[in-house]
Amino acid sequence: MSSLERDIEELEEAASSEYERQRVPAKALKGPSAFWGMYAGEHTAGTEFMIGPLFVKWGADAFSLIVGLLIGNLLAVLTWRYLTATIACEQRLTLYYKMEKIAGRGLVTLYNLANGLLFCFLAGSMITVSATAVGPFFPPGTIEMPTFQSTMPTGPAWIISCIAIGVAMTLVALKGYGVVAQVGHYAAPWMFLVFVACALVTLGRLGTADLWALLTPAPGTPRTISFLGIVFFAWFCNAAMHIGMADLSVLRFAKRPSAGWASASGMFLGHYVAWICAALLLIYWVRQHGVDPQVGKDPGTMVNDAVGWAGLICVIIAGWTTANPTIYRAGLAFQAMIPGMSRTSATILAGGLCIAAGIFPAFAMNLLNFVGIYGTILAPMGGIIITDHFFADAVGIPRDPAERSGMSFNASVLIAWLVPVVAAMWLLRAQESLQLGWPIHAWYLPLPCAIACGLIYIVLSKMFARDAIAVRA
Amino acid sequence: MKMAATSVGLLALAGTIVPPAVFMLQSISGGPGSTPALSLDVVKTVMFLSTIAWFVAAPFWMKVE
Repeated sequence: MSSLERDIEELEEAASSEYERQRVPAKALKGPSAFWGMYAGEHTAGTEFMIGPLFVKWGADAFSLIVGLLIGNLLAVLTWRYLTATIACEQRLTLYYKMEKIAGRGLVTLYNLANGLLFCFLAGSMITVSATAVGPFFPPGTIEMPTFQSTMPTGPAWIISCIAIGVAMTLVALKGYGVVAQVGHYAAPWMFLVFVACALVTLGRLGTADLWALLTPAPGTPRTISFLGIVFFAWFCNAAMHIGMADLSVLRFAKRPSAGWASASGMFLGHYVAWICAALLLIYWVRQHGVDPQVGKDPGTMVNDAVGWAGLICVIIAGWTTANPTIYRAGLAFQAMIPGMSRTSATILAGGLCIAAGIFPAFAMNLLNFVGIYGTILAPMGGIIITDHFFADAVGIPRDPAERSGMSFNASVLIAWLVPVVAAMWLLRAQESLQLGWPIHAWYLPLPCAIACGLIYIVLSKMFARDAIAVRA
Repeated sequence: MKMAATSVGLLALAGTIVPPAVFMLQSISGGPGSTPALSLDVVKTVMFLSTIAWFVAAPFWMKVE
């Protein structure tokens, strides 16, 4: 049997066992416990070591971090529960199959390309974070570590570290990510405790448990993120997953929509406790070593200094377990895009792009903006699914128009997707010249883009969809 | 086997979080400039050994759905 035949057989087997083109049957449904662990593991990742310190760089105050993150994460959980899980349990289809019914197969392929490229940059950030854990194993100065201001590689040793970690991740992704998923599952409770341990040691070294005082920025620190900014960041840093509906693929296996509450484990352990713990690491370096918060310190050095090798292993595993599935998914996206490409070639292509992105610290060091842009590009498709599911009958547009009309490329969806995204990207770039008087951060944009996308889709569908279905009939 | 793995796993988790907690409490209660009885080097060593114990025990303890 050729490798292509084996690949096809494997894909078909996976498709049939994972119900990718059919409703999930009752026998395959899972109880809520399966989702609580999954969300906790998925959202306690290597990038959390970057996000906490980046809040310090942006001058977030104690109230924003403690209350703003609480509200933002609560809103994210509510979005998962009442939008994603509700649609997932009523439709029981993957995001891609549901989109195919609305947008047509051709457009789904285009979406896959955007998704695959963004996955590569995200996995690249994880490679960057993991590579910072390599430095402490060598004599000081051997590998120059990037700072918040680094955009280019810091030297040959840094490039070699990123390539070594990226190649290892890609090789594992080539084998499928079953083993990595298992390691991630085992590591999740331990990893969370390492985050907390970092915070406890830091509090001890600072000689105070007054979290409020520690999280208050020093006078004169430029404040570039507001309370509302923190709320929106916490709400929409995973916009592609909840309002963007990527988690339909997971939550369609839930017995009841209440499984959406399981996202609380990821939000409040990973995006609340872990972010604050990671922020404390940089606060210690700012207060005790005089590090400039605008320059920052790499996660590997800070974690090694706080908890030693256990922390370094945590940084590597946290990056590895989340980057691997990401490389694998990006490979599948490219494979769907390029006919005849083997999964091996597609995964190597994805891995190469991830390594290239990882070598340049610009992506990891601008992670807050990057995840906002990631959500802005992908979340609008969720707006279309929400419109189709909740409002199609009320506003008089057909449900699943591409399936009913037999079209492979629904232009209404393409226009509804591109117009708000292009407008948002232009606004993001041109805001300085527009002199709006207040900063527009990327994480404010997924919600208006998703709403605009849904509204444009309704207008265009009312104009064209019924005609297309009538022609087909 | 599973019982032994569960015990080792729980001890490993305790070894990951208890030493840093003790370090913090001793450091804070001792006041500024004090040296805690449990040194940071010991905390790091116990955490590293606990990490090894956790990854040995967890596969026997936690089943993957």
